[in-house]
Amino acid sequence: MDATPPRPLPVPSALTQPYWDGAARGELLIQRCTACASLRHYPRLLCSRCHAASFDWQRASGRGTVHSWMVAHHAFHPAFREALPYTLVTVDLAEGVRALGLWRGGPVLRIGAPVRAAFEPREGGADLAFHAADA
Amino acid sequence: MSLRDKACISGVGETRYLRGSSQTAFELQLEASLKALADAGLSPHELDGVIPIGIVSGTADDFIDNFGIPDLRFSALVPHGGASPVMALQAAASAVASGVCRHVLVTFGRNVSAGSNKAGVRIHAMPQFHDVTEFEYPLGSIAPAQIYAPMARRHMELYGTTVAQFGAVAVACREHALLNGNAVMTRPITLEDHRNSRLIADPFRLLDCSLESDGGAAVVVSAPEAAADAPQRRVFIAGVAAGHPDSPGSITQRPDMTSLGVAKAAPRAFAMAGVTHADIDVCEIYDCFTYAVIRQLEDLGFCAKGEGGPFVEGGRLRLSGALPTNTHGGLLSQAHVWGLNHVVELVRQLRGMAGRAQVAGAEVGLVTGYGDLGDGAVAILRRE
Repeated sequence: MDATPPRPLPVPSALTQPYWDGAARGELLIQRCTACASLRHYPRLLCSRCHAASFDWQRASGRGTVHSWMVAHHAFHPAFREALPYTLVTVDLAEGVRALGLWRGGPVLRIGAPVRAAFEPREGGADLAFHAADA
Repeated sequence: MSLRDKACISGVGETRYLRGSSQTAFELQLEASLKALADAGLSPHELDGVIPIGIVSGTADDFIDNFGIPDLRFSALVPHGGASPVMALQAAASAVASGVCRHVLVTFGRNVSAGSNKAGVRIHAMPQFHDVTEFEYPLGSIAPAQIYAPMARRHMELYGTTVAQFGAVAVACREHALLNGNAVMTRPITLEDHRNSRLIADPFRLLDCSLESDGGAAVVVSAPEAAADAPQRRVFIAGVAAGHPDSPGSITQRPDMTSLGVAKAAPRAFAMAGVTHADIDVCEIYDCFTYAVIRQLEDLGFCAKGEGGPFVEGGRLRLSGALPTNTHGGLLSQAHVWGLNHVVELVRQLRGMAGRAQVAGAEVGLVTGYGDLGDGAVAILRRE
């Protein structure tokens, strides 16, 4: 009974499935309103700017900068116990929306530091991760 | 029409707060509710409105059935976590001010001692967390400490807010809890204890985090004329307002992640009450985390943005300080009942019945709620 349970996987909806399909291919996709070209993330039904329901998906560059971060020292789910301590980083993507990802850089973080995205495949899904990048 | 002084709190009640209660959330809620009704001098039959906080315990129908309420005219569900109790004061005041109701019960109970009911599990069953659950939980952002930590980290980086300033909030709350006969935490702590407590989700240490505890709390909101003969001094709702942050469902996507819904609510509440910050004798600030107190004090306008850290230093929040805050110990050291205990405590303060934690001469006080990912509410109460 001490088998560590698997880490939770996202449960996509019809709305978000294309994002996760992109993640599986290693592509970071951002929803784009086809009426006014606004980008939005996380996915939602309507464009909050013009209220159009039509959208497509834009592949993000993966470039961004550090907005904030958190270092987990306590596992609130047993699947994360072995990973402690782990850092999650909030990133301002170059496209203007944000993303949260696993931090794969060094221990010292600062706001504004350049990063680049890479998905890490795992059983049943893929995790968004960020690495330190050159400015 | 303004809600100013159109409703009063006529009764308050609480169960004993503890960990490992053998009572269900609804049993605790019923107990607190009966105490609040007795405090108001009311029979449960006289209720005509009920707002059960959250979706975690009894429903309005359960109250009709258990209390034998013959004619419930109003019920509401306010699904904003820890902002719900103060938001419920707004809903209850609206119901009595408009003549729909005479007596509205605002009531909450919780039992989180079961292993299956931990914070990191239960919030992901709540629809308001669906973006977090889909995009952040699988990465390991599971419990509120982890979800909120980036806000606090950014505040520290931008404004120089320090661990010791977080600690000042924790120490003040603990000091006050020791004056309260009904607090889960019973040992004093120092700033050093705070700094040495283990990291949970950096920058949050154990003593930055609110308690997981069981209990119930309730208040009765009445039309002033319907409570004219109430046994206790009436406490009026002078101002009450709610506010939601931008991007309420995701802190990650929030344009300014250090901003909270209470920033929008506070000016409305102060204007309605017709008071200024200098008039506030005592505060009960929703303290899910120490950082949340610092940040709300800024959004409430007690200090400028970024100055919340220095503001809480020097014992300002202590009973002997310039702005006594969380005089019951708060969620950090008394108990976590989604902040309905904050409302109960403010009523006691304004009645002059807060015992050893009494703020001398308290006439006007402020209470906040903070829920989910930053929803906010403010009520300014004044004694009769």
